[in-house]
Amino acid sequence: MKTLTVSVVTPDGPVLEDDFDMVSCKSENGELGVLPGHIPLVAPLSISAVRLKRENDVTLLAVNGGFLEVQPEKITILAQSAEKPSDIDVERAKKAEERAKQRLQSKQDNVDFHRAELALKRALNRINVTQ
Amino acid sequence: MASLRDIKGRIESTEKTKKITKAMEMVSASKMGRAEQNAKGFVPYSEKLKEVVSSIAQSNTDVSHPMLQKRDVKKTGYFVITSDRGLAGAYNGNVLRHFHQTIQKRHQSADEYTVIVVGRVGYEFCKKRNLPIAKSILGVADQPDFADIKELASETVQMYSDEEIDELYIFYNHYVSAISQKVTTTQLLPITNIQSGSGVATQYEYEPNQEQILEVLLPQYAESLIYGALLDGKASEHAARMTAMKSASDNAEELIDDLSLSYNRARQAAITQEITEIIGGVAALE
Repeated sequence: MKTLTVSVVTPDGPVLEDDFDMVSCKSENGELGVLPGHIPLVAPLSISAVRLKRENDVTLLAVNGGFLEVQPEKITILAQSAEKPSDIDVERAKKAEERAKQRLQSKQDNVDFHRAELALKRALNRINVTQ
Repeated sequence: MASLRDIKGRIESTEKTKKITKAMEMVSASKMGRAEQNAKGFVPYSEKLKEVVSSIAQSNTDVSHPMLQKRDVKKTGYFVITSDRGLAGAYNGNVLRHFHQTIQKRHQSADEYTVIVVGRVGYEFCKKRNLPIAKSILGVADQPDFADIKELASETVQMYSDEEIDELYIFYNHYVSAISQKVTTTQLLPITNIQSGSGVATQYEYEPNQEQILEVLLPQYAESLIYGALLDGKASEHAARMTAMKSASDNAEELIDDLSLSYNRARQAAITQEITEIIGGVAALE
């Protein structure tokens, strides 16, 4: 069976490079599944989990921002941060979630609101991936 | 000639200084190793980003985005990367001198530019000369994460999008090798030079479309350039400090040699004098 080489790169260095059967992720327009032999594609990713499938195993990655670059045999995910479940500090994520929620409730100006929303998304994404 | 005790005191104090500079040299050497690795780890990310950006820019000429277009310059932004601490030889001096000369050459009044500064040395330099500081960040870690600089980088890029500044230059020390760092100035925004070296660009499908991808991609690209410069600057900082401390240790070594020589001379002179006195005393008794 054909496989895809997936490499995940962040500014702090490569996170993962391995072969998988299928990649599914959430782009800004919705769910996107990529199998080997896909035409070249570029799509921005939302703050979400990327699922990497190999036979019956599924590896999850919490991805924050960035985009996906597909070539027939190779996928590159460029993100500002990408973490494996084992690298996530759940306590910290929960605290960040609390903080973001408080900020959202206090309702000040718009910029703060937008940032808090993003922070909340990131925190929830991290928590979801670990569960 | 100084007394024996004076010389001995000086030898001891120089010895102590040497110990400190030697330790700092070794600390900087290990920090430099890590900083160099960080900078290398960042390369795949920036290369890939550049590749995609350039392939979009090349594939379609009618793609437009404010970050790709030159506009009339009313205000220039300067992003200056310095260190928080001194004792790094000419590291800060070089960047700041070059930066200050550029400003004086290009601008008549302080309204025409604004400065974004990293590091305490640069911050104090600007404060002292009353240069307008828009943003600053002090106390950047020795091995900075992307998260440390993310906020400053995106705010800087935002300033460009909001038309607060119309172009952005970055000043930093480029790491050439452990013994050589070069002051580098790059124009960051608008992004002009994005032809990738590989030549043939892949034709991509864009989901949803090119404009929206550029919307996401270009700020990320600009931020990554800033982060790259910071990593490069950090590696240079540690290298510069290592070299400075090495020459300080060498100088201390030399000084100790000189002092030991004069210490021995003084000791010998004292002994000779004592003998002369004894002989003189004996002669007087006979």
